[in-house]
Amino acid sequence: MYLPCCCYRGDLKIDYLLAFVVGGIIVTIGQLIFDLTKLTMGHVMVILVVTGSALTAVGLYEPLVELAGAGAAIPVSNFGYVLTQGVYESLLSKGIGGVWSGVFNLAGGAIAAAIFFGFIFGIICRPKG
Amino acid sequence: MMAQRTKAQQNYQRIAQKHIPKPPIFRNSCNAFLVGGLICVIAQAINNLFLSRGLSPSEAGAFTAITMVFLGALLTALGLYDKLAKIGGAGSAVPITGFANTIVSAAMDFRSEGYVLGMAAQMYKIAGPVITYGVVSAIIAGVVKWILVH
Repeated sequence: MYLPCCCYRGDLKIDYLLAFVVGGIIVTIGQLIFDLTKLTMGHVMVILVVTGSALTAVGLYEPLVELAGAGAAIPVSNFGYVLTQGVYESLLSKGIGGVWSGVFNLAGGAIAAAIFFGFIFGIICRPKG
Repeated sequence: MMAQRTKAQQNYQRIAQKHIPKPPIFRNSCNAFLVGGLICVIAQAINNLFLSRGLSPSEAGAFTAITMVFLGALLTALGLYDKLAKIGGAGSAVPITGFANTIVSAAMDFRSEGYVLGMAAQMYKIAGPVITYGVVSAIIAGVVKWILVH
């Protein structure tokens, strides 16, 4: 949703390898939760988002994004990261009054795109199969 | 009791045991890892492309996310993302393309129930909980981080 800095470090092979491995590990955690419990994929996504928020609060998600680039920024856990980071940055600049205004600052673009394309494709396309 | 089973029963037991499907947890995990990892590699390539065209890292990241949302939406509309999801499981559901997939597929499915209370309401069936829990947890986590840092 938002890839802050350091995703481009010249050494492309390492970038891609880290994105592949870290992204793969995050989705595999999701798959294991899905297979080993009776939860649905919706539950898995919610768990990952809340985990992303919690890891951001203690300062652990940002280093992961810096390390793995898209590997950490593309899984839905990053949604928790960008939402939390939005709130945090707004609190830093506006004080406690900023608690409500920043939440979609960083994540808003991706949400807007998802809603817009969902609406357009929902109108022009029929479900297949 | 065990010892009293006849030979035929024991044979039956042995044959039946062979046909109980093993839970494909390992295979599911491998497939999810490969599909999810590949989606992230594609996103990394798009991000690097934007960066090489001179966009700032934060702009490149935002455009990458929106491009991935568009790709997920398009592949869903074409009926291809569901095929990927059958193989990839969480590997295709957890990336942001999967988030777009939940919105687009629900929008297409519920259009027949109307454009307002059908499509527009039901398209958030899975995305809605993600946004709700995301926002609530983010406000708590954001305040916690703010207090921790200060």
